[in-house]
Amino acid sequence: MSEIGADLLMSMYETAATIRRFEQRAIEQYRLGNIRGYLHPYLGEEAIAVGTMAALEADDYIVSTHRGHGHAIAKGHDLGRMMAELFGKETGYCRGRGGSMHVASRAVRNLGANGIVGGGLAIAAGAALAIKQRGGSEIVAAFCSDGSSANGIWHESLNLAAIWDLPVIFVLENNQYAVSTPIRDSARVEHLSQRAAAYGMPGLTVDGNDAAIVYGAMQEPIRRARAGQGPSLLECMTYRHGGHHVNDPGLYLPQEDLQRWKAHDPLGVLRGRLARAGVEEAAIAAMDERVERRMEEAVEFASASPNPSVEEFLMEVAEL
Amino acid sequence: MKYREALRAALQEEMERDETVFCVGEGIAERGGSYKVTEGLLARFGPGRVLDTPLSEAGFVGLGIGAAIAGRRPVVEMLFVDFLLLAMDQVVNQAAKYRFMSGGEGRVPLVIRTQGGAGNSLAGQHSQSLEALYYHVPGLKVVMPSTPRDAKGLLKAAIRDDDPVVFIEHKLLYMTEGDVPDEEYVIPLGQADVKRSGSDVTLVSWSHMVLKSLQAAEELAAEGISTEVIDLRTLVPMDTTCVLDSVRRTGRLVIAQEAIKRGGVGSDIAATVAEQAFDALRAPIVRVAGRNTTIPFSLALEKAAVPQVGDIVAGVRSVMLAGAQVAG
Repeated sequence: MSEIGADLLMSMYETAATIRRFEQRAIEQYRLGNIRGYLHPYLGEEAIAVGTMAALEADDYIVSTHRGHGHAIAKGHDLGRMMAELFGKETGYCRGRGGSMHVASRAVRNLGANGIVGGGLAIAAGAALAIKQRGGSEIVAAFCSDGSSANGIWHESLNLAAIWDLPVIFVLENNQYAVSTPIRDSARVEHLSQRAAAYGMPGLTVDGNDAAIVYGAMQEPIRRARAGQGPSLLECMTYRHGGHHVNDPGLYLPQEDLQRWKAHDPLGVLRGRLARAGVEEAAIAAMDERVERRMEEAVEFASASPNPSVEEFLMEVAEL
Repeated sequence: MKYREALRAALQEEMERDETVFCVGEGIAERGGSYKVTEGLLARFGPGRVLDTPLSEAGFVGLGIGAAIAGRRPVVEMLFVDFLLLAMDQVVNQAAKYRFMSGGEGRVPLVIRTQGGAGNSLAGQHSQSLEALYYHVPGLKVVMPSTPRDAKGLLKAAIRDDDPVVFIEHKLLYMTEGDVPDEEYVIPLGQADVKRSGSDVTLVSWSHMVLKSLQAAEELAAEGISTEVIDLRTLVPMDTTCVLDSVRRTGRLVIAQEAIKRGGVGSDIAATVAEQAFDALRAPIVRVAGRNTTIPFSLALEKAAVPQVGDIVAGVRSVMLAGAQVAG
């Protein structure tokens, strides 16, 4: 892999730190009672969204998952409107009708997070078919998980994308747990990327905690997709920093594994790369402060925003 | 023109009118579909717009949803409504909810063409009338035409609609004949059609049961009973105004559906009329419906499982009798 310049590293660090602080602030706001329902933090997995999105163009599409805040932020969603959606406010991306698991935006070409594991994969293939039919050059990155690879729709979607050479990249975030079930109990293959062979597409497994490695690994799948050569499966190994959702303490995660992965933290890895690229500590600290200020503004925006109007909701409902 | 030819004409006209319309499904391109609705479309529009799929029902319904969100107007053919159950997550959790959950920004202009119903001895997994499942789900429109004319006009409307439409044909209708206008026309979703006017009793049905209802009305006329036959045509949105207006005139309501009685659309119509026109009713409402059973294979049993013309005639007679007793 060719070396990545300091500017791109800094930009990736900014996105990773933004996701990290967004999730931490969201958990804090959840504990305060300002956010309800399910909240699935992306803590520990930031490098995948960061590396993937750094490699995509702005007009490329993504399909996200229930653990989707990181994808949305890296794709360019506004932090205030993201936080407002988590708060269930009118100013949120879904006007309080979707919440954390359903953030979508036409403008940033996020076809949507999904509350059903694997639910968005065929949708990703369909968007790729639409691009192909209109002769576009965009591609679709379809985020999915180790858990989703046990579902029929995962296999159907990979196969459909393969037989029609659709411009889609399946980015499998292998955090090694489907809620509490370890992947070693769910699959006999050593790497889930081996399953790509069954569909006649390239498959690769990489360190998903190193954004630079993910960025590099995306290059060939992107080239193939844009050249009309069809889909690829990129498996990114990672680990959650906690339970499945905000109210799951994740006691089933072996401490030894957790500590080992925390020592290989996506932000730490990026800081190491920045240091080696000669970026000063002070510049990183200044970036952290900027992220902090933007996060404060996002929380303030969400707090100050109005609730959705019940009257408008009832009018929408009466339409059908 | 045959029902299946009318459907084909609708697809062809819409594909010519709008380049974003395309067809996808099992055996629809080379083979022209099991019921020959898509025959000739491949030659006319090419493999880019008429796609044969593997047997991946959830996969290609989801594919249609994604293409629809990204600006196309897919018409997904599902060979049997029974098979659509394999794609239930895609239909119910994805297609139906996308517009709402995206805060109104997202649209899923998708048509799922499928067919159901008994009558060909295809047994329990190829003969069901499952419209109530889709009728139940907010965010889906449900269309069930009974004539070639309606099939064409409604399919064109469904394709132009910005929301997901479950368009359910009936396997016994494909070979039926009917007049279809030469000039272009579209029948808006949500408009019932009075297929026969009458003054004594309102008979509401949809899809193939409309044909049986019209036969029943003919027999009843010979007995001096004037039956108004309403073809709902679309179940969602439903033209309840048409039904209520008719019931207010006749004072009697019979609903004839092929689907099983329990939890059916007919039950919902009965409830709506009871809520909104109870004062107009001169007799209890009667539902003539399929029995609560898996559709049997043997022809003798299959006929006993779904309503026949005689069952509808008996149903109408019973409300006339009950009405007479109330009046007397």
